[in-house]
Amino acid sequence: MEGFLANILNGLSWGMLLFLISMGLTTVFGVMGVLNFAHGSLFMLGSYLCMQFVRWSGSFWMGLIFGPPIVAALSILIERFLLRPIYGRDVSFQLLLTFGLMLFLDDGVRLIWGPAYHVVAPPPILAGVIPFFSKSYPVYRIFLVILGPLVGFSLWMFFSFTRWGKILRASAMDRQMAEIIGVRVPILFTGVFAFGAWLAALGGALAAPHQSVGPAMGERIIIESFIVVVIGGMGSFPGAFVGALILGLLNSFGTTWIPDLQMALPYLFLAVILLTRPRGLFGGEA
Amino acid sequence: MNHRFFVYPLLIGLLLVGLFTLPIFLSTYWVLIVTEILTMGLFAMSFNLLFGNTGLLSFGQAGFFGAGAYFAVLCLVHLSQSLWLALICACLGAAVLALIIGWFSVRLDEIYFAILTLGFGMMLFTVAHNWRSVTGGSDGLGNFVLPALNLVIWKVSISHPRHFYYLVLVVTILGIFLLRRITRSPFGLMLQASRENSNRVAFVGGDLRALRLLAFVLAGSIAGFAGALFAIFNRIASPEMLHWSFSGKAVLMTILGGSGVFLGPVVGAAIFFILEHWITSFTNSWMVFLGAILVFLVLLFPKGVLGTLITWVDRSGKGKQP
Repeated sequence: MEGFLANILNGLSWGMLLFLISMGLTTVFGVMGVLNFAHGSLFMLGSYLCMQFVRWSGSFWMGLIFGPPIVAALSILIERFLLRPIYGRDVSFQLLLTFGLMLFLDDGVRLIWGPAYHVVAPPPILAGVIPFFSKSYPVYRIFLVILGPLVGFSLWMFFSFTRWGKILRASAMDRQMAEIIGVRVPILFTGVFAFGAWLAALGGALAAPHQSVGPAMGERIIIESFIVVVIGGMGSFPGAFVGALILGLLNSFGTTWIPDLQMALPYLFLAVILLTRPRGLFGGEA
Repeated sequence: MNHRFFVYPLLIGLLLVGLFTLPIFLSTYWVLIVTEILTMGLFAMSFNLLFGNTGLLSFGQAGFFGAGAYFAVLCLVHLSQSLWLALICACLGAAVLALIIGWFSVRLDEIYFAILTLGFGMMLFTVAHNWRSVTGGSDGLGNFVLPALNLVIWKVSISHPRHFYYLVLVVTILGIFLLRRITRSPFGLMLQASRENSNRVAFVGGDLRALRLLAFVLAGSIAGFAGALFAIFNRIASPEMLHWSFSGKAVLMTILGGSGVFLGPVVGAAIFFILEHWITSFTNSWMVFLGAILVFLVLLFPKGVLGTLITWVDRSGKGKQP
């Protein structure tokens, strides 16, 4: 029983990190129509910057506050000078350009911080374990499980009830119409891309105490978050939430119950969903 | 003067002569590199049958490449010492897998096709990685005796890099010739039509799914063939050959050379490996350069290196037009 519950908590904490990444990915896709291969690398960059700030200041919170805006600033440059010239071209070119960016960032990180894995300690208030039945469970993971839905909920509020959220949704629905009524779509695109990058980096910073920080972490999470976004339906928030939870749980239960197949489970699940609902769970009809 | 009828056949002829005389004046090291370029070039061309021709971005092509590698090695270990049998096994095995996977995948297109093929490729990767008793797990499968090449009357050892180079050269040229025939056939033209406008192909009575499935199976079996050559060349079949990042390599090479030109992927493979060997001679961070080059190419040379070159040559051949 306690093993079962621990599995659920493990799955949820990983799922919440996936959710943070996927929200950015799905927002960028929903509004701009760009599938960003480098999104996982921005997540990784968030982790590394957090680690660097922890080294300088000794405080995890400094990394959490100052790391993500730097990544967002970098992504403004990426959107403005690399992505903007190719919006008019086929989607596969955007995929390729961001794939190149991914190679560049993943290896660049290795160049700056070295190939080794780094460990970031959770802040004192979230360190340690709490008693959990006869055993114990890390406080930090429980913090993640609580934080994920909070961030998701506030984003949902933002998109549903604020003026900016409504402008964003309107532009996603019909770009031309939004332009006609006076929305400055190019600036909006830059903003959305930076926002998505900030979310990814925030996820990365939060992931730093949860797993070890290394150059391969972006490559792993980008594929899983692609799966989350596709399963949920591209551009759908509830879809990303459900998809991330499912993938997180598949990950933790798969590891304990069928370790040999665990690696293939997300892909199997993806194939089943895509073949029965080609546009994902919350994606409407194809 | 029209370049298409005079200059290109001449260039291709020169290239062939160059390739066949190459081992005479290149060191063994470079012969090995050219062998690798040819194998990976064939792999990239199989990918481009789907991407450049049919408009389907497959991110699971390495699954068939790696499957071919494993089929060939398994055949050499368990069945017989025949090189031909191993290559045929790889081809047929990959074709069967491509038939099954393609049957599901061609229902979707665009990004959904890309992500679904990636998923299927990764399932094959998991099998190669975890089925230790058969595939040797993450260590790969490498304990096989290198077979001799049986040319009806005499047997040639392929352990010498130059002999193996000629084998790869001949079968790669045959493979490329086959691909040329496919793209120029009525079937190939239907594929191109489906890339341009799939609705119209359906309206004039083309069976879109059957067309795409056949292209998928052909591309898969050629990838499997290239994979078998690659495994015999490296003396090992390993799970990384099936990983999605290996599929990414085929995508990269194709874009580098130009997906709209028939020989683009091979040229891309050549540029890729020559750059790799040159850049790794002074730094370990080859991927930083590769990523930057890719971004640069996508922005400035959307037709790839060979594609852009051909556009320039064609323009100068026709004289300056307003």
